[in-house]
Amino acid sequence: MDFTIAGILMLDGVTNGAIYALLGLAIVLVFAITRVIFIPQGEFVAYGALTLAMLQIGVVPGTVWLLLVLALLAALLDALKALRRRITASRVGIGAIKTLAWPALVMLLSLWAAPRQLPLIAQSLLTLAIVTPLGPLVYRLAYEKLADASVLVLLIVSVGVHFALTGLGLVFFGAEGFRNPSFWDARFAAGALSVSGQTLIIFIVSVALMLSLFLFFEHTLRGKALRATAVNRLGARLMGISTSGAGRLSFGLAAFIGALSGLLIGPTTTMFYDTGFLIGLKGFVAAIFGGLASYPAAAVGALFVGLLESFGSFWASAFKEVIVFTVIIPVLLWRSFQHGQVDEEE
Amino acid sequence: MTRTRFLLAFAIVLAALPQLPVPEFWITQANYIGLYALVVIGLVLLTGVAGLTSFGQAAFVGLGAYTAAYLAVTHGVSPWITVWVGLVITGVAAMLLGWVTLRMSGHYLPLATIAWGLSLYYLLGNIDALGKYDGLLGVPPIRFFAIELNTGRSFFYLLWALVVLASIAVTHLLDSRTGRALRAVRGGSTMAEAMGVDTFRVKVTAFVLAALLASVSGWLFAHFQRTVNPSPFGLKMGIEYLFMAVLGGVGHVWGAVVGAGMVKILVFGIVLVAVLQYARDGLWAFVESRLPRRERAVDWADAPALPERERPPHGEVVLDVQAVRKQFGGLVAVNDVSFQVCAGEILGLIGPNGAGKSTTFNLVTGVTAATRGEVRFRGERISGLPSREIARRGVSRTFQHVKMIAGMTVLENVALGAHLRGRHGVAAAMLQLDRGEERRLLREAERQLRRIGMAAHLHELAGNLALGSQRLMEIARALCADPSLLLLDEPAAGLRHQEKRALADVLRQLRGEGLSILLVEHDMDLVMGLTDRVVVMEFGTKLIEGTPEQVQASPAVRAAYLGTEH
Repeated sequence: MDFTIAGILMLDGVTNGAIYALLGLAIVLVFAITRVIFIPQGEFVAYGALTLAMLQIGVVPGTVWLLLVLALLAALLDALKALRRRITASRVGIGAIKTLAWPALVMLLSLWAAPRQLPLIAQSLLTLAIVTPLGPLVYRLAYEKLADASVLVLLIVSVGVHFALTGLGLVFFGAEGFRNPSFWDARFAAGALSVSGQTLIIFIVSVALMLSLFLFFEHTLRGKALRATAVNRLGARLMGISTSGAGRLSFGLAAFIGALSGLLIGPTTTMFYDTGFLIGLKGFVAAIFGGLASYPAAAVGALFVGLLESFGSFWASAFKEVIVFTVIIPVLLWRSFQHGQVDEEE
Repeated sequence: MTRTRFLLAFAIVLAALPQLPVPEFWITQANYIGLYALVVIGLVLLTGVAGLTSFGQAAFVGLGAYTAAYLAVTHGVSPWITVWVGLVITGVAAMLLGWVTLRMSGHYLPLATIAWGLSLYYLLGNIDALGKYDGLLGVPPIRFFAIELNTGRSFFYLLWALVVLASIAVTHLLDSRTGRALRAVRGGSTMAEAMGVDTFRVKVTAFVLAALLASVSGWLFAHFQRTVNPSPFGLKMGIEYLFMAVLGGVGHVWGAVVGAGMVKILVFGIVLVAVLQYARDGLWAFVESRLPRRERAVDWADAPALPERERPPHGEVVLDVQAVRKQFGGLVAVNDVSFQVCAGEILGLIGPNGAGKSTTFNLVTGVTAATRGEVRFRGERISGLPSREIARRGVSRTFQHVKMIAGMTVLENVALGAHLRGRHGVAAAMLQLDRGEERRLLREAERQLRRIGMAAHLHELAGNLALGSQRLMEIARALCADPSLLLLDEPAAGLRHQEKRALADVLRQLRGEGLSILLVEHDMDLVMGLTDRVVVMEFGTKLIEGTPEQVQASPAVRAAYLGTEH
């Protein structure tokens, strides 16, 4: 291996690492706030990339209908709950409209926009508008009733949700793979290395997103409320913070980050309906570096996973996945010696 | 219909099934259900009982299957040998994996097993000697003496005999000393450790056992399919095994069979989520609530008593706490506190809330490590030892917040206290070789319950007791360990007046037998009437030590409890 190859591999690894870092952050965020180990994080990546791919070929993506159906279900469940509590019809109606307004708007927009071949950036924004609200709805339907269950029950639910979303992905997008066009076709030469515009965009967007998350958590009241929920759910509730609201918000952020990651890597890899799962799991390996609790450690872990993957595929391409997923075991060992035995009361 | 008859009927239907003119399709389905059930029985033990979740069971099945297939195809080794080789390989892999992940909190194991399941899948699919993704073809059938098990119907008997044997063995295991320890680790390790259970070892044991059952299933799978390839051992299948366990009812051995049957016929992620939301204990729990509940038959009335520890001579210093200090960051919770407890003495430890009484308790019992100072028990230094080692030396305790296994009967909960007085393990329990010892342990548990006045509640579920009774049960459990020193953390909280008097009588009687008691309690009548000496703490510091009369007369104690006039 000479310096050029090492450079190429480094660049490749860091680029993928940036994506894993975003996913790792979303996973840590969701776990800290809701104690949900969010296995389906990767599904949002696939949904993001493939929704854009559908818009590219001028088809209304199935995710639009999923959004509408989930919103209808949520509105129905809310209405049933309200009836049991004898809440007035007008308030039930307002609640239903609040739940349904955005999905309906997005549906109309998609119906109008799909055949028109809008510019890539407009289609990307529409994709984010479709996929992001799926997050809170998934939380509302699958997790909210079980908010006080043990981490393990929530984890098993996550696996169920993962299966459901992957299965639906197959229905919406088919078994065929798609590769999206690049956002920026420029190429820059830096010595022997050549950096594509898309790579630069991945870096810029990742860093910008991390920075804005940091600002959100440090300097806004909602961000602080989320952090309070992560520290102590009961305490937060006593201070008037809605924990289910916090849960929905965190799932919304996770879906947004997932969809954005999908848009970013769509041009660099071919996406299938089930590709998201493996990508999401690499985010998990990264998050475990930080014990599912530390954002900076997750980001560092993500870079490590990215580099390991790119160098692993150079030396032993068939065993690339084996290497990446086996590394979790020494990491766990290292963490267990660092922190000793942790007792978890049920 | 009694439970035994229900199981008998099940066995008869199983035995008759292949003889009836059932289409081959259903025999094959039944064989798959059996193969899956074997794995899921392991998961019941691991997830339902010990509370540990694994998505990697399919990988263990794969290890068993590939070992059998590789040795049979390339070296012509007999299946009756390969099964043992597979068990050894799987056991070692599970032990390594468990050793790494089980020291950490609950959710690391599932994540690690997901990674492990994926790795093994890609590994199997890329090794040339194992035929890459095509796998190995032409695995010979198993020969049982002269019979070649090469049809679905003949294979059926071997398979289901193993499933039934495994179910029975696991049921036996759950009803034993090790089984109680397994059930105790589910709710956190503090209580189990205080009863002398090595929780880490128990968890590894459960993990290895589950893996071994999976390995046997893999061995059968290879010889049933007559070919292996990586796809049935991937993560997806690992997840499905867990689904089967959850759907059938993860806490029940027979739920494994129900779950395996259900999933073979239908599987949807959505169904699973719905089951978890509306029937969290699974389908078997639904069936079981309709079966008559069996009260445990008392077969231990004539069992010989367990050997008892020699009591220290009256007046010997049993517990010697020397200037222990505990700091949490800048906060000094216990500030260089010293006191002694002698044999045949009740020492009261009192003080306002937040005085550091419970922390002192935890320092003595090894739950938290002291920053400085040392604790000696009968002359031996015990500070720094783990809880279970301190328990082994004869220190037993109760908890301020009751810690018990709500789903077990009172008798079984109390028998957990005698964990260190038995020695039989997993294999003995499965083969029922431990019955003599079990009877002695249960007899001891009953004796302690009677002594504390709870004879009427032996077979009730612990979770159904009132708080006061639960506290009494904890005392019986602590006594079951045959301690020299008993630490009681607010034993009278929640008791009625009569019950308090009865408790005081029992404690006096124990003192008369030479037991030493350290008592933390807020009921001053009880403390002053019962104790020989009292230590008063305030803000982590020892305020005064003396007889109840001296303490009651002390102006400093009054100030601590009631404040001073300015």
